[in-house]
Amino acid sequence: MRYHPHTESDIREMLAKIGVQSLDELFTSIPQSLQMDRPLAVEPALDERALMEHLEELAAKQPKAVPFLGAGAYPHHVPPSVDQLLLRGELYTAYTPYQPEIAQGTLQITFEFQTFVTLLTGLEIANASMYDGASATAEAALMSIRVGNGKRSKVVVSKALHPEYRETVRTYLGEGFELVEVAFDPLTGKTDLAALEAAVDANTAGVIIGYPNFFGVVDDLPGASKIAQQHGALCISATTEALAFGLLQAPGQLGADIAVGEMQSFGNGVNFGGPGLGFFATREKFLRQFPGRVAGATVDRKGERGFVLTLSTREQHIRREKATSNICTNHGLNAAAATIHLSMLGKHGLRAMALLNWRRAKYAREQLAAKGLEPVFSGPVFNEFAVHAPKDAVQRIGEAGLAGGLKLDRYYTELGDGLLLCVTELHDKARIDALVAALS
Amino acid sequence: MATERFFPKSSPGAHGIQYREPLIFERSEQGRMGVSLPDAGVPEADPASEIPAELLRGEIENMPSVTEVQAVRHFVRLSQLNYSVDTGFFPLGSCTMKFNPKVNEWAARLPGFAGAHPYLPEEQSQGALELMYRLERMLSEIAGLHVTTLEPAAGAQGELSGLMMIRAWHMANHGKPRKKVLIPDSAHGTNPASAALNGYVAVELKSNKDGVLEPETVAAAMDEDVAAIMMTNPNTLGIFETHVKEIAEIVHARGGLVYGDGANMNALLGRARPGDMGIDVMQYNLHKTFSTPHGGGGPGSGPVSVAKTLEPFLPRPIVVKDGNHYHLEFDRPQSVGKLRTFWGNFGMMVRAYTYMRELGPEGLKACSDLAVLNAQYIRALIEKEWNVPYGNRSLHEVVYNDKNLKETGCTTMDVAKALVDHGYHPPTVYFPLIVPGAIMVEPTETETKETLENFAQAMMAIAAQAREEPEALKEMPKKPIVERLDETRAARKPVLRWTPGFGAEE
Repeated sequence: MRYHPHTESDIREMLAKIGVQSLDELFTSIPQSLQMDRPLAVEPALDERALMEHLEELAAKQPKAVPFLGAGAYPHHVPPSVDQLLLRGELYTAYTPYQPEIAQGTLQITFEFQTFVTLLTGLEIANASMYDGASATAEAALMSIRVGNGKRSKVVVSKALHPEYRETVRTYLGEGFELVEVAFDPLTGKTDLAALEAAVDANTAGVIIGYPNFFGVVDDLPGASKIAQQHGALCISATTEALAFGLLQAPGQLGADIAVGEMQSFGNGVNFGGPGLGFFATREKFLRQFPGRVAGATVDRKGERGFVLTLSTREQHIRREKATSNICTNHGLNAAAATIHLSMLGKHGLRAMALLNWRRAKYAREQLAAKGLEPVFSGPVFNEFAVHAPKDAVQRIGEAGLAGGLKLDRYYTELGDGLLLCVTELHDKARIDALVAALS
Repeated sequence: MATERFFPKSSPGAHGIQYREPLIFERSEQGRMGVSLPDAGVPEADPASEIPAELLRGEIENMPSVTEVQAVRHFVRLSQLNYSVDTGFFPLGSCTMKFNPKVNEWAARLPGFAGAHPYLPEEQSQGALELMYRLERMLSEIAGLHVTTLEPAAGAQGELSGLMMIRAWHMANHGKPRKKVLIPDSAHGTNPASAALNGYVAVELKSNKDGVLEPETVAAAMDEDVAAIMMTNPNTLGIFETHVKEIAEIVHARGGLVYGDGANMNALLGRARPGDMGIDVMQYNLHKTFSTPHGGGGPGSGPVSVAKTLEPFLPRPIVVKDGNHYHLEFDRPQSVGKLRTFWGNFGMMVRAYTYMRELGPEGLKACSDLAVLNAQYIRALIEKEWNVPYGNRSLHEVVYNDKNLKETGCTTMDVAKALVDHGYHPPTVYFPLIVPGAIMVEPTETETKETLENFAQAMMAIAAQAREEPEALKEMPKKPIVERLDETRAARKPVLRWTPGFGAEE
């Protein structure tokens, strides 16, 4: 076995040194009645070449076309330089940096990631790599309850937030807390602020709004944050497509106390939905309340700059029962991917890429509208949008050798003929025109 | 001092790391860019024509501007400041750092997998769903349990979802969730945090002098307010909980359930199955047991296997096979819900599946056999010099401590830092908490006999140096780019991001 180095004589010598006769004898602490008396009934071993052929066959059952799909997972061009850097064994085969002197690479990248998140969100502090946008949103809801000292037990969430984010928040909150969903305006696709106003009260710990929301609509974050603030609740913005920050005002500038969401768009593939990359940023005054790992700058004994994991007293290491989260393994390598991609995009590239996505999506919207596929909502959008589409739209797109479109009735029965489409830099004019033709 | 003693021939990284690398924000020069973007190819348009001015922003101040070359050098240099499995022996106990096979990375990058969107129609997702289904079946067999959810993003999220299912089961069967969860002092650190986040009171149980939990201890703590016991098995001492079956019977008899922390499953593959021991629910850590990379923090993946009684409560959806068609089943009215978007860390599933298929049943069993052999071999090599409180009872990891160094004034932390200068990643230190000054070694099955011998030699050299020149030992490490870092300062005056003028105060 190529992963197992032991020769028969190695094993013999090692057993002798240990003072036992056989490998079986190493397991005598397991009562005989609990030991397996048969081989595992798992699939048989394959040699490397056969294994590769098997996996190629499985992967080949998946379509090749770049889908016109976003809805929380966004296909983007990942520069090969990003992936080649990720494949450096020193990055992907390192552990959590518990020994900072020999983990400065991971720690500095983590510190850079945190800096990027604060720049994108316009907030003061950020943690490093939540699992994904939905669980980061749930952690934000829990934090709003901690900030409310347990005296506020209600979280108000917009129905225009990603349905799986809402379900995750509900799962994490559990019993004892009230989750109230407020409607969106069927014309604009924005959260209904009057309904929000009616739902938020002195018992409300947090208000969660998508920015942009599930329909791609740039929701009214300033309006929502004013309502939250008036009642002493925290305003939480949740963003499924962090590339939007290249074009849209930072949530921290619009009154959000916590900005969470998904950063998979930077440097990470869609990978059938996972791993994603959650982000979490907030105000400095909540330093001791926010969850997850953080890297901090410090100096060594010689006064040289270095980085360490810090504030771990909030974590599961110490005072476990009072931990702000149970996060241990997180999505560090995905954060590294985002850090590398953001570094390469930089100030000019981020803006240009966001504009490019917006322009292509606008063109697609206009072409579809010209063929009678009208937008479902009038609110402004970034790179995805909903249109009224024929019932068999997804099938027609597939038959044209393309892929995607999410039928909104999966989550919103009231939006029966709504089809959510996403257009990025991977969809050039020819592909967009082919989509329009397929739906005409 | 004799140089040879401190730098065994085959030790990696013994000459330290050379680079001092500024932050990417300190490398920036306005006007540079590191990506190539296509022309839009569509008519020009101004976002201000649609998006209200207050919601628009321009270029972001303080974002870096570098070329691809600059970025590549920056991150290559940073990578070289890391210790990793690919550069050397990484004996972190309970963290399980084994070789990450390269074919796993190749598999996860196949365009059909990496480019698959989770909302593709099922008929266009058959390859991905088939892989998930086959992985699910194998994980359920290895656990000896009925069915497995692949959804949790990491082991700790698996713990959380397992406890949610236990809570839901109590609610469905007795109308109340109960209040307490029993957790032995030899369990993983995330267990009490997971219990607390799930609204339970964590009650600590003491292990006996042999490092195992006694049935009497459980019986004394067990009452109708206890929802479950959370047992790590083998526990964090690497010791098999001999009485697990009896303990499970005690807990079951009073209406509780048994949660098995499966983080140490690499000691049991093909040897014993949690389901056969009375465990009702357990999580895997794919990055530990099945060789998916840890990536400096993750991603992990924490599938949870459950007995048939808990199946209705699994997070949704689960993958099922219907004839020759693979299907995501969402209609599960008693499900605890979702813990994240989509269907789990699929990229990690591809890697774990690849690893399992490379090994097959015999290879998987050999993993556990050799992991245990390696751990016991290290114990046998060092126990003359080092105090090993639980001796030969442990399996895949061995815990020893600094007790024999007491009179030298050197501590476990000094030993760990000295190991860095010997070219090794230090083992897990000061964990488990029940062993004062613990050093916890887990060599894993992929290390050679020679590597273990060299490591043991370094441990012996450090013990000798602690006696001969303790002050020198306390100065270590000297070889990395930074010496001992001031962690207290980092916590007292937190600096968590770069801002202009960063570092000026130094």
